[in-house]
Amino acid sequence: MSDVETAAGGVRVGIVPAADGKRRVQVCAGTACVFAGSLKIFEAFEREIAAAGLADQVEVAIIGCHGLCSQGPLAVISGQETYYPKLKAKHVERIVKEHLVGGTIVDDLLYVEPGSGERIACWHDIPFYAQQTRIALRDVGVIHPERIEEYVARGGYAAARTVVTEKTPEWVIDEVLASGIRGRGGAGFPTGQKWKFAYSSVSDQKYLICNGDEGDPGAFMDASIMDGDPHAVIEGMIIGSYAIGARDGYIYVRAEYPLAVKRLRLAIAQAEQHGYLGDDMFGSDWSFHLKIKEGAGAFVCGEETALMASIEGRRGMPRSRPPFPAVSGLWGKPTNINNVETYANIPWIITHGAAAYAALGTEKSRGTKAFSLAGKLVNGGLAEVPIGSTIREMVYGVGGGIKDGRQFKAVQLGGPSGGCVPAALIDTPIDYESLAATGAIMGSGGMVVADDQTCMVDLARYFLQFTQNESCGKCVPCRIGTKRMLEILEAITAGQGEDGDIERLQKLAATIKRTSLCGLGQTAPNPVLTTIRYFRDEYEAHIYDGACPARACSALITYHIDPESCTGCMLCAKKCPVGAISGERKQTHVIDIEVCTKCDTCRQVCRFGAVERLTGDEVAAVSVAARRPA
Amino acid sequence: MLTDSERTEIEATLAHYPHRRSAASGAMRIVQRHRGFLSDEALADIGAFLGVSVEELDSRATFANMLFRHPVGRHVILICDSDCCYVMAYEQMRDHISARLGIGLGQTTPDGRFTFLPIVCLAQCDHAPAMQVDDDFHGDLTPERIDEILARYE
Repeated sequence: MSDVETAAGGVRVGIVPAADGKRRVQVCAGTACVFAGSLKIFEAFEREIAAAGLADQVEVAIIGCHGLCSQGPLAVISGQETYYPKLKAKHVERIVKEHLVGGTIVDDLLYVEPGSGERIACWHDIPFYAQQTRIALRDVGVIHPERIEEYVARGGYAAARTVVTEKTPEWVIDEVLASGIRGRGGAGFPTGQKWKFAYSSVSDQKYLICNGDEGDPGAFMDASIMDGDPHAVIEGMIIGSYAIGARDGYIYVRAEYPLAVKRLRLAIAQAEQHGYLGDDMFGSDWSFHLKIKEGAGAFVCGEETALMASIEGRRGMPRSRPPFPAVSGLWGKPTNINNVETYANIPWIITHGAAAYAALGTEKSRGTKAFSLAGKLVNGGLAEVPIGSTIREMVYGVGGGIKDGRQFKAVQLGGPSGGCVPAALIDTPIDYESLAATGAIMGSGGMVVADDQTCMVDLARYFLQFTQNESCGKCVPCRIGTKRMLEILEAITAGQGEDGDIERLQKLAATIKRTSLCGLGQTAPNPVLTTIRYFRDEYEAHIYDGACPARACSALITYHIDPESCTGCMLCAKKCPVGAISGERKQTHVIDIEVCTKCDTCRQVCRFGAVERLTGDEVAAVSVAARRPA
Repeated sequence: MLTDSERTEIEATLAHYPHRRSAASGAMRIVQRHRGFLSDEALADIGAFLGVSVEELDSRATFANMLFRHPVGRHVILICDSDCCYVMAYEQMRDHISARLGIGLGQTTPDGRFTFLPIVCLAQCDHAPAMQVDDDFHGDLTPERIDEILARYE
């Protein structure tokens, strides 16, 4: 292994050399890159390398999600670990000729750092990667996810072997407790504690489940781990099964993740062949049988009791707790459920020791956390950092700042269960307690960044719409309460808000939080409460001034062409799908607001920034000016 | 009656569970793959094989959005409605597709070409707004790109 310590104390991983000492080209085959055409790039490399007569010296391999998904399809070449992003098939021939044959890095195909414009050759030097400490993601984007020998070559299954053949379940639980790791699915319950409960339950049959239903929509770290390093999840589950005494387990995977299902299936079969899963594992008398359960597309099935109902073959609706799964879970048997990322951390903790893990992060939130960065960011992708990094470090460091040079307004953490944290709190450390104090949650690590064009009232409306769609309908507060909240928010964003609406929302929110059956309903009001808390002025502008400060709510904006900026180029008039724009060449154009459907096309096509969206008092001011004789 | 291949595929999953009924949702996905959607007859066939009532299968099938109780078009469009896609203006894309095809979410075009459905998340958040057509993913959508993409599906 060519690992080196990083300044942050984590490990920086190097490419696994091919077993026969060949040089290696690694092509990312994470879901995003595959969709972007990386398999064609893979084939092009194979073809060009063969054509150059290098087939016996250079191996082309696929790897799991490399993380910086916005740069895909991408390839990394061993040696100096040169990083070639945004590849097209035509680039491959040059890379093979100039780099692999000629030994010269192809400068103009290298990554360009958006801020500085600097070209960076080695992927470890790209700020997005340099600022990370990868534990759960240690092998994601480094190994070929469909080859168990690569996982093993990087120390894989050593932790499981040690645990099963040399340690007691009590030792394992103490180690996990000492590491301080907390559940990465969202609730942040100490993992060791959970294992202890399940271990203490006496039963002839126990189950171990991996929740691969991905906590938040808008997050994809679990998908990337499952399809980029499936063996890490399986090894973590083996260790967990031994600790709690479960001989059967399930990985519940969303129906929307076909690649994860495929790779997990293959990984399970490989582990069974090697004697790492199944009967008498690692030559011991321990047995663990692992199966995959595919979902059928229901968001609420990520809730643990709904998930178990779904595995049992019932409708995936939550039930009240207690009893907790550790006492009565799957088919009434003691069951332990952890999230994908949690399991992926476990082998590292066993190998490196609880103290090494606990040394990272903050006092109450140990270790690292993977985040998926998305929304109005320059660098969207997957990043793992020590817990306690600030929002600023994520948004401006790893994330590279806001797209198109716009202003950072807020970040939504934890999806529909979470809350938004405003720009003013950008130095908040990302740990369970600090985020809870803001009204948001860590969640499973989805960070969706909003800029100044996002209306926070409409964001709240969107989330309630989402909850309405996904509520299972079992309990009244969630089914009907969120409907009433949605109706109020729809009225406000349509310009029909009334005095007292904000207070009505707060009252409903309090009731829904207190009385809903499961986490979905209990957390559904959070986006509304946090947006009221931090952006009350926006709510008031909608209700009292008929204005949408972000100029996003179409009912509250009017399109207008600024005569000062309009050059009369006629482009907007040509592109308008409803013919609402009139004006002669080189004459100021005018939008007929009676006809305009506010589709925004004219504003997007105008090269002179002449199309404005007016809101509130601005509308009246312009109509007065228009009536005034010249 | 289940066909031989449907039965063989379902049987292969039975060993995964201590009870036959637990294989129900997997069985529905298998039969749907063969028949395109889950008709009343399909549910009756699965129910008879697994010893589960049709009503119970129906309650599961209508709960999950990847199980279809009505015939779907030759191509199924799944538009992601996650928060990330919202921030990146998925609603504008949704309305554009609706206008182009003349159908709303949950509907099929009269010519049987497209069915249009929402989906919670496609895990391609940094390529939002995103959609999937059949097995193909399409990200970074704009109205123009959508027009190009839809034209590729006959």
